[in-house]
Amino acid sequence: MEKFLSVTLDLAKGFGTTLQIFGLTLLFALPIGLIISFGSMSKFRPLRWLVRIFVWIIRGTPLMLQLIVIYYGPGLIFHWDLMPRFTAVMVAFVINYSCYFSEIFRGGIESVPKGQYEAGQVLGMTKSQIFFKVILLQVIKKIVPPMSNEIITLVKDTSLARIISVYEVIWNAQVYIKLDGLIWPLFYTGAFYLLFSGILTILFNLIEKKMNYFRG
Amino acid sequence: MSILEVKDLRKTFGKNEILKGISFSLEQGEVLSIIGSSGSGKTTLLRCLNFLEFAESGTISVKGSEIYNGVSTMILSDAQIRERRLHFGLVFQSFNLFPQYNILKNITLAPSLMKRDTPKVIEARAVELIERVGLKDRMYNYPCELSGGQQQRVAIARALALNPDILCFDEPTSALDPELTGEVLKVIRELKSSDCTMIVVTHEMEFAKNVSDKVIFMADGIIEETGTPKQVFEDPQSPKTRSFLSKSLEKYND
Repeated sequence: MEKFLSVTLDLAKGFGTTLQIFGLTLLFALPIGLIISFGSMSKFRPLRWLVRIFVWIIRGTPLMLQLIVIYYGPGLIFHWDLMPRFTAVMVAFVINYSCYFSEIFRGGIESVPKGQYEAGQVLGMTKSQIFFKVILLQVIKKIVPPMSNEIITLVKDTSLARIISVYEVIWNAQVYIKLDGLIWPLFYTGAFYLLFSGILTILFNLIEKKMNYFRG
Repeated sequence: MSILEVKDLRKTFGKNEILKGISFSLEQGEVLSIIGSSGSGKTTLLRCLNFLEFAESGTISVKGSEIYNGVSTMILSDAQIRERRLHFGLVFQSFNLFPQYNILKNITLAPSLMKRDTPKVIEARAVELIERVGLKDRMYNYPCELSGGQQQRVAIARALALNPDILCFDEPTSALDPELTGEVLKVIRELKSSDCTMIVVTHEMEFAKNVSDKVIFMADGIIEETGTPKQVFEDPQSPKTRSFLSKSLEKYND
């Protein structure tokens, strides 16, 4: 029983790191993703292609590879000092998830019919009024399902942080295998993940329901 | 002085010349119907008037002052375009109501953003317009809860809320079931009696014949024939007009 409590505390601590990576990634990657999506829809062709190639590279290579490159790369190539491990994790996660989010945003924005923009235009609205007052909520409604998918993937992707020794929940559980030959702490981490993604699922269902009042 | 004067409007998309020099004028309170087969440039003409497309040459003057000149457009700022397009209102074939707002908000949104009046005045005017199109009991409903005909009536009220000098309709009944076209045409007919100047692109020949003061028949980017409904429908001069009209009438006689 005592062991269970100490394991719980230890895992909770590790899950704190997990939540930190999760929260900070969302905080930065959502707005940056929106900006990247504008870039990938730009009428200025060189910018559009540059952004699309960047998104292709980031989405086309494993996050694990990106973590290693971002942590060790600057030191090995430019002889810079290593950045703090947690910073490297955040940089990699934010870049990676911004690119995924940008594609979701792009899909959402492009699925709003042209007529909605034109209706705003002939009513004398400015470009930003059209985007924020007319388009945005319709985009949000469309992207809730793919977004919820991606965000739940993010919960589990946080476990990759251990590759550059940022100790999150799975790492903390694995220590018990070596230390005490115990496997159940590892299974126990699953409960943490399930609980958290369960809460997120409920939350996203609520948002989806909330926007059911209109079609479009 | 004419309320609207269009001179030699030209528009090309790539290699296709869609408008090959369109000129016409319109007096205050007149209703102009534009008829013609698809691809003849009717819709493009309306879109040029509303600055959804920009004609490469030609001029548009409203109440005697030139608001658009194809040659010198480069110097128009976004703000100028916005201000000038407000001389016109446009009702779309596919309504294009804002799905996330109720009917009242659909109508008040643009005037509120422009701060044209106090919120109270804007709302009172919107309610009045909703009554005018006969939808008082649907004021707090959302577009998806309305029939196509009702949605189009809201779209008309929304355009009227900005007091345009000239209200344009782009095939306002083409997306509607036949039994719903009547209610929309009735609203347009009532607007005519309140001295509203209108341009209606339409396939409804009966409507064009009975409601408009002037009819333009367009074919291949030019005005093939123009005149009073009586002249165009009963005594068409051009062979193209005659063949178009006889084909359109066949539909009714089938």
